[in-house]
Amino acid sequence: MHELFSINWPGLTWLHPSLALILGALLIPLFRGRVQQVYRLLLAGLFMLAVFSTVPGTHASFRFLDLDIVMGRADQLSLVFSYVFAIMAAIGAIYALHVRDNVQHIAGFIYAASAVGVVFAGDLLSLYVFWELMMLSSVWLIWRNRSPVSFASGFRYLLVHAVGGVLLLAGIVLYFAQTGSLAFDRIEVEGAAFWLILIGFMINAAVVPLHAWLTDAYPEATITGAVFLSAFTTKTAVYTLMRGYPETEILIWLGAVMTLWGVTYAVLANNIRRLLAYHIVSQVGYMVAGIGLGTALALNGSTAHAFAHILYKALLFMSAGAIIHMTGRAKLSELGGLYRYMPLTFLFYMIAAFSISAFPLTSGFVSKTMILEAYAENQQAIVWLMLSLASAGTFLSVGLKLPWFAFMGKDSGLRPKEAPLNMQVAMGIAAFFCIFIGVYPQWLYQFLPFQPVDYNAYTTGHLLWEFQLLLFVGLVFFLLRGYLTPKDKITLDTDWAYRVAFPRTLRFVGEHGTTAWHAFLATLRWPLVRVYEAASKHHGPQGTLAKTRPTGSMVLWVAVLLAASLLIYYL
Amino acid sequence: MMIVKWLDFLVKHGQTLKWVTLAFMLGLVVIDLVLPSAYDRFVWETWGGFGALFGSLACLILIVGAKALGFGLVYRSENYYQDELEGSEMSGDPREQKERDNA
Repeated sequence: MHELFSINWPGLTWLHPSLALILGALLIPLFRGRVQQVYRLLLAGLFMLAVFSTVPGTHASFRFLDLDIVMGRADQLSLVFSYVFAIMAAIGAIYALHVRDNVQHIAGFIYAASAVGVVFAGDLLSLYVFWELMMLSSVWLIWRNRSPVSFASGFRYLLVHAVGGVLLLAGIVLYFAQTGSLAFDRIEVEGAAFWLILIGFMINAAVVPLHAWLTDAYPEATITGAVFLSAFTTKTAVYTLMRGYPETEILIWLGAVMTLWGVTYAVLANNIRRLLAYHIVSQVGYMVAGIGLGTALALNGSTAHAFAHILYKALLFMSAGAIIHMTGRAKLSELGGLYRYMPLTFLFYMIAAFSISAFPLTSGFVSKTMILEAYAENQQAIVWLMLSLASAGTFLSVGLKLPWFAFMGKDSGLRPKEAPLNMQVAMGIAAFFCIFIGVYPQWLYQFLPFQPVDYNAYTTGHLLWEFQLLLFVGLVFFLLRGYLTPKDKITLDTDWAYRVAFPRTLRFVGEHGTTAWHAFLATLRWPLVRVYEAASKHHGPQGTLAKTRPTGSMVLWVAVLLAASLLIYYL
Repeated sequence: MMIVKWLDFLVKHGQTLKWVTLAFMLGLVVIDLVLPSAYDRFVWETWGGFGALFGSLACLILIVGAKALGFGLVYRSENYYQDELEGSEMSGDPREQKERDNA
C-alpha cells in the first residue's frame, strides 16, 4: 500500500476530491478573466492534492435509507486510477485555460470529479450516481461545439448512455435483491443481474458492437472537451470491469475484436479526431482483453496500460485539437505539410504516436507488452496474434498515416502558427509523462494493484520483436502509401443501426403500418358491418319499417272507414 | 526555430535516412537470426526474424482488409446521414425544423 503524502484537512478526516471539485466548479461563474483562470488552476491543484493525499483505507462510509454507502474506498486499484485522473484533469484544465465558456469549464471539472467519484465508490449506489453525473456533464462538452452536427451527435451520445444507465440500474436492483448487499466487489451472481451490470459497464468501455457512440461523438466535441472525453468515460469503465469482472472469458474475445475493429476503421478514417477515437476503441480493447484473462500480470498490464493510455491519448487529442484550432480543418484530405509551421505540435504528436505504438523508451512499450506477455505466458496464441496484429495497425494509422498526411506529405498551402502557450504547456506535460514512464517504468509499476511487479519490459527478446514489427510496418507503409491517401468519405459503423435502420423501419411501419392496420380493423369490423347493414335494411332510415307507407295507408284507411261510416249514417 | 531546422535537415537527407533505417532493419533481422531465442512459448519465437515477417504481413493484411471493407461495405459519401434522413422529423437540428415550420 502506498500513499504519496498526507494532509490534515481542517475538521475533516478525508476530503472527498470529487465533492470538493464539483462544489468548486459551480463557483467558476463568480469569477472573470485572469482571476478565473487562476481559480481554475487552483481548483485543479486542490483536486490533485486531495487525490494524492488520500490514505489507503475506507473513508466516508455511512448508512443511508438502510443501505451501506461507501464513498471513499481507497485501495491500490482505485488509487492508481484516481492518480491518473487527477493528473489528467490538471492537464485538461491547462489546455483549456484560454477558453471563455463557463459551461465547458464547469462540465469538464464535474466530469473529471465524477470519474474519480466512480473510482472511489465502494458501493453500487454511489457508483451509479457518479456514473450518471459523468454522462450528464460530459454531453455538454459535445454540445458546446455549437454546430447542428454536434447537437445531434450529443443527443445520440446521451441516449446511448441513458439506455446503458438504465440497464446498469436494473442490474444493480436485481443484484441487491439477490444478495442483499450493495457492496461493489467482484460480481458473482448468476443470471440477469450479472449480465445487465456487465452490459452497462461495456457500453461505457465502448466494447464492440456497443462502441459507436464514441467514434460518433468524440470528433464532434469541442477541441478542449475532446481531451477530457478521451480520458475518463472509457477508463472508468475499465476500472469497473476490472473490479467487477476479472477473468470473464467473454471479455478476452471482445477485447481482441475491439483492438482489430478500431485499427481497421482507423485505416479508413479521414477526420483526424475520428481516427484517434477509433484508436481509443482499439487501445481499450487491450485493457478489456487483459481483464478477461485475469492473471496478476494481465490485470497489472491493463492498469498500467490505462494509466499510460490516458496520457498519450490525451496528448494525441491535444495535438489534433491544436491543428484544428489553428487551421480550422479536421480532415486529412485537407491537411499536409504542417511540420514547418507547427513543429512543436508535430514533436509532441510524434511522442504520443510512438507511445501508442509501443516504441521502446515510451510509456506504451512498458504497459502494452505486459498484457502481451501475460497472454504469452498462458500460451494463448490466437489472442496474442490478434493483439500483435492490432499493434501493427496502431503504428500504421497513428504513427504513420496521420502524421504523414497532416504534417508531412503534400503542402496544403496552410500556414498556421503554433497553438497558444497554454496548449503547448499542457502538451509538454503529457509528453513528459509519456517519456518518463517509458524510461523509468518502476515509477508506474509501484502503483499497480498486484505487488510486487515482477516484470521487465526491456529484454532483448521484446526489443528485437518490437523494433522489427514496427519498422517493417513502416517499410510496407512507405511502399503502399499511395493506397492510403485519405478519401472524402465517411464509414458506416454499428451506429448505422440506430441512425438509419431504426428510423427507416419506423418510417416504413408508419407509412405501411397505418394502411395495414386499417385493413386489419376493417376485417375485424366486417361481421359487425354485416349486422348493421342487415338491421338498417329493416330499421334504418331507408329500411322497410321506417317507410311512411303504413302511416300513409293508415290515413287512407281511416279516411275510407270515415267515408264508409258516413255513408252508412246517411243510408 | 531550431526544431524546424533539424526537421528540414532530416527531410533534406531523406535518402540517407532511408538507407540508414534499412541497414538498421537488416541488422535487427540478422541479430535476431544469430542470437539464441530468448523465449520459446510460441513456436515462432524460436525462428528468429519473425517480427519482420509478421510486421510486413500485418501491415499488408490490414491495408488490404480495411480497404476491401471500405469499398465493399462501409464507405459512404460525407452527406450520407443527412441525405438518408432528409425530410424525416427525426433528423437534423430541431431549431431549423421549427424555423421551417414557422415559415
